[in-house]
Amino acid sequence: MDGYGTSMPKRFLLCVGISAIALGCVLPGWSADENAAGYGIGKAATDEEIRAWNIDVSSTGEGLPPGQGTAKQGTQVFAEKCAACHGPTGTEGPKDRLVGGRNTLTTQKPIRTIGSYWPYATTLYDYINRAMPFYAPQSLSPDEIYSVVAWLLFQNQIIAQDIVIDAQTLPKIQMPNRDGFIPDPRPDVQ
Amino acid sequence: MHDAPNEIDRRRFLKRSASVIAFGATTFALPVAKAQESSTPSDDPMRVPGSLPRPYGERSPFEKQQRLGGAGPGAPHGWGTNTPNNFNSGTPIQDLHGIVTPSALHFERHHNGVPAIDPDHHRLLIHGLVNRPLIFTVKELQRLPSVSRIAFLECSGNTWDGWRDAQDVTVQDLYGLMSTSEWTGVKLSTLLETVGVRREATWMLAEGSDAAGLDRSVPLTEDVLNEAMICYGQNGEALRPEQGYPLRLFLPGFEGNINVKWLRRLKLGSAPFMTRWETAKYTELLPDGKAYQFTLVMEAKSVITYPSGQQQIQPGVHEISGLAWSGRGRVTKVEVSVDGGRTWQGARLQEPVLPKCHTRFGLPWRWNGQEAILQSRCVDETGYSQPTRQDLVKVRGTNSVYHYNAIQSWRIEPNGRIRNIYA
Repeated sequence: MDGYGTSMPKRFLLCVGISAIALGCVLPGWSADENAAGYGIGKAATDEEIRAWNIDVSSTGEGLPPGQGTAKQGTQVFAEKCAACHGPTGTEGPKDRLVGGRNTLTTQKPIRTIGSYWPYATTLYDYINRAMPFYAPQSLSPDEIYSVVAWLLFQNQIIAQDIVIDAQTLPKIQMPNRDGFIPDPRPDVQ
Repeated sequence: MHDAPNEIDRRRFLKRSASVIAFGATTFALPVAKAQESSTPSDDPMRVPGSLPRPYGERSPFEKQQRLGGAGPGAPHGWGTNTPNNFNSGTPIQDLHGIVTPSALHFERHHNGVPAIDPDHHRLLIHGLVNRPLIFTVKELQRLPSVSRIAFLECSGNTWDGWRDAQDVTVQDLYGLMSTSEWTGVKLSTLLETVGVRREATWMLAEGSDAAGLDRSVPLTEDVLNEAMICYGQNGEALRPEQGYPLRLFLPGFEGNINVKWLRRLKLGSAPFMTRWETAKYTELLPDGKAYQFTLVMEAKSVITYPSGQQQIQPGVHEISGLAWSGRGRVTKVEVSVDGGRTWQGARLQEPVLPKCHTRFGLPWRWNGQEAILQSRCVDETGYSQPTRQDLVKVRGTNSVYHYNAIQSWRIEPNGRIRNIYA
């Protein structure tokens, strides 16, 4: 998983360099940087503006906000906000099954859940925060999200019920299928 | 020679004037209204004035092609229950000509509906590992040098039913999650030069402003830097709302999902962000329980669109017609078999043949009324050949969901009925 794009920066710089040369023909004597400024288009983003827009959470936990929750606290959040679509225990549906499915990935009917398939626990925060609940996205508080993430991890037997999930603990959770992914090796069929 | 038509025109004019006079000034609009309705067919269109110009055109009322609603692998297609479960719609490729998909028939896939966005309020933020984080309006982006490109867009879930037992369905059911448009916008590289990308930036998060906040990590490879576009135009007009109005990312040849619609933010980083759509979804589970990740390129694929699933044909001459495409470049060869792959003939490639674009192919054929199995296979400019289903399944198993690109087989039964089969 560490092999992604390690050779890219050089190629990237080369590309920018070529573009700069191409632009240089149009605007002689300007460096790439000055060219860019030369368009004079776009407004400088303030730190405050970036903070408001910057909602993603990376796999290392960058972007996780203050707040915390436990599986116990998450029980009620899940029942109220999630169970209608995912079932009382996260297994019944009708929408995506969230719990269980361990040791099914090699069978004819694999069950891909948070516990059996998702490689990073941080993705739970990123996704729930931006997209759930489906009928009212971005309506949960950080404490509610941490709590429901803890409940999902507990139900999948990844953490104990009393573990506090927050910006420090979430990125350290080792997901069962963390090493289940391989970078695109195609073409693989001939 | 000139008297007769003039006489007809004069009589029509008088008749029309008379009706205006008879009904008075308040009904002055009546003849115009009648003319506009005259798309109703007449027995002899040469003897009735045609309809007047109108602000925004529509197709002939005789043309009924529609997108086909869908709810995911294995779910029945159709518009019967248009609920949040109906999360995609497929292009009627069996009815289209040439390579360009009319914007109104472009396939749809969205993850919590189509947002309603006022372009004057929409902004694109570019930040992260950059020297100058900037916010752009749509109008500002349209002032930058623009590029246009005709290219296909295919959902990596297109033909997902190919991983299951063969169903008796249409080519629209199986292959409808793909379309081709002329896309217009500004090159990603132009914007990256403007913000000044730092050398440690190797990945970029793209985020939409829909109710799913769909986010994907894009590797900053040479191909991406050369070809990626931030689009505002589709087939000469603004993007359709279903296609990301007012802004979308377009990565020629890459799976549909990463071409983030309603684009609001690009964040440069030094590693993939591992979003839900590139981990839990859009990864391909293999027989050994491992899964491919970041399988972004759509590999070469082709399909015969006529004759195709559930159609009925008569003995005689038919031009076999279809589409071939590759996310790695141009299609260089398409071959057609009418005997289930025992013998192959080269098909004619119809110009234009563009890289990372649908290419129309054709082969005239006489059907003799006996059972036939029609197949097409293509090769792209990298030398990659579209695989048989058997070869594909041997490597990937049947749990992949995404990126099914095997040779398609249509069986023509002796009564002329056509069925989707695996041969």
